[in-house]
Amino acid sequence: MDFFVQLFSDPVGFYNQHELLIAQIGINAILAISIFVTFYSGQLTLANAGFMAIGAYTTVLMSLYLPTPLPVNMLVGAVLAGAIGFLVGLPVLRLRGIFLAIATIGFVEALRLGVILNVPITGEGQGLKNPTADPLGGIVPILISLPILTYLVWRLTHTRLGQAWAAIREDELAASSNGINVPLFKMIAFVISAILAGYAGALETHINFFVDPTEYSVTRTIQILTFAIVGGTTNVLGPIVGATFLTALPEIIRQASAYRDVVNGVILILVIIFRPQGLVGRGGLAIIPPRWWTRWRASERPAPAQ
Amino acid sequence: MTQQVLNAIFIGSIYALFAVGYTLVFGVLDVVNLAHSAVFMLGAVFTYSLVALHGMPFLPAALIAIVLCGLLGLLIEFVALRPLRRRNAPPIAALISTIGLALVFVAIVEQATPGTLFGWLWQDGPNSVRFPTGAVPNPTYHLGGLTIEGTKLDILVISVVLMLVLGYVIRFTQVGRALRAVAENRRAATLLGINVDRIFASTLFVSSALGGLAGLLFGLAISDIGPYIGRDQVELKGLAVIVLGGMGSIPGAVLGGYLLGLIEVFAFVRFGSNVEAGVAFAALFVMLVVRPQGLFGTRLRERL
Repeated sequence: MDFFVQLFSDPVGFYNQHELLIAQIGINAILAISIFVTFYSGQLTLANAGFMAIGAYTTVLMSLYLPTPLPVNMLVGAVLAGAIGFLVGLPVLRLRGIFLAIATIGFVEALRLGVILNVPITGEGQGLKNPTADPLGGIVPILISLPILTYLVWRLTHTRLGQAWAAIREDELAASSNGINVPLFKMIAFVISAILAGYAGALETHINFFVDPTEYSVTRTIQILTFAIVGGTTNVLGPIVGATFLTALPEIIRQASAYRDVVNGVILILVIIFRPQGLVGRGGLAIIPPRWWTRWRASERPAPAQ
Repeated sequence: MTQQVLNAIFIGSIYALFAVGYTLVFGVLDVVNLAHSAVFMLGAVFTYSLVALHGMPFLPAALIAIVLCGLLGLLIEFVALRPLRRRNAPPIAALISTIGLALVFVAIVEQATPGTLFGWLWQDGPNSVRFPTGAVPNPTYHLGGLTIEGTKLDILVISVVLMLVLGYVIRFTQVGRALRAVAENRRAATLLGINVDRIFASTLFVSSALGGLAGLLFGLAISDIGPYIGRDQVELKGLAVIVLGGMGSIPGAVLGGYLLGLIEVFAFVRFGSNVEAGVAFAALFVMLVVRPQGLFGTRLRERL
């Protein structure tokens, strides 16, 4: 409870004490937004960790070998992630549902185990030391980027593009028979998601001293997916709330932080069963009551008078 | 080289056994059960726990572990799958709830040290252990120039026999017919008087028992038992196997398992261990792009 007391009584001290946590929340929120974009267009893609890796490695390698300023490096990382997203999307986006998810898992692991661990310039299994790492200064670009990106994605979901995505999500066949170019809009969503993930990866290297290939496995994508699902994917605030909640959770419940994954898993199951729209979503605070609950309530009620 | 092919067959048997359970659930329930790898891990952990911590002989311990894993399958069905089916949630929802269960299972083992809540089950936290020497008889056979360990031979025999039995049950028995009917069309099967829920529950039981068996065989042959063996060694490779063979196809999963074993051993011999790790996913990616129905998936409906 100290966590909340301090948050409200001493915000500046709280900020100073939890700076890294806040930075991590920001990065996780951007990642959750990146998976939200593809979710919003009705696709379950799990390639985000791969695009993060591309953004991260590009940024660090450019800092190591080129004289370009850091912001340029980060943008190049994000754009490159988008470009590779386009190339990967060409064959992969023809797949649907679970097959799309599995193919993108294949991409992430093939990139990590097949490419990163085998190309000498990436430092292979050792990872790379980041020469420009600045754990305390790194929080500034994160805190600036998050609101801007949130606003942009929120606007985007209200343009014709966003409407097209929603139409594809609800019914792909109907969308395409209404003249929506389904492959094009899916590709746009996928590339935007890749750019966001690449950018988040680039931001993250800035607060860490190392780029470690084990960070970019499917486990990471699953974590990102958890943020989006727990927060809800009906609008862009959901993933941000989910990322904030789940990233801060181990800090809030210090005593149980060893059992963090148990808590995460239980929260995930409870949300998907009782509140499929996520914490932030339509229906106010409504939950889907379990069957035993309704049955129990029915048996409690007195039998109707004859 | 022959020795390498033998190794490929052993590891392929484990992949196949694991993937058969995976693919069975996908074929019947249309759900990718990502908790399957956690059950695989628990199969090894339960056996180890009974043998090393509670002093049981190996065989009864293994049988109890397999039954416990089957019961975990029922837990998956009742906690993660049935409530979602009741409200016709999309298949993605089940994928996510099984991820949640897998997180819980792995974290419980990972955090268990002596004196903690689950100290009776596991005492080594995130570390890997192996069966105590002498707990499992392991004769070594020499055949020509080849060395065959007894446990690896057991694995081969057990997996082949079990897969044949499963194939027979699904093809030729009444239960198998009901299973195929449910896989084909859930609603029509209900109309024909098949208890669909019971079929689902028994599918999960059998699938998880097979997964647990694969896990304990893995622990036996590779001498690596720990909370991450499911997640790191077979979860995603199992996906690669069932995609190679065709999602939901049992013969496909078996052949896919052996195929992946061969591909990996070949990549290892030819290019070294770094490439070996990535080759499964490259194969998975290429297969999905070129032929999403897999080697043996004909039409998506004809699966079992």
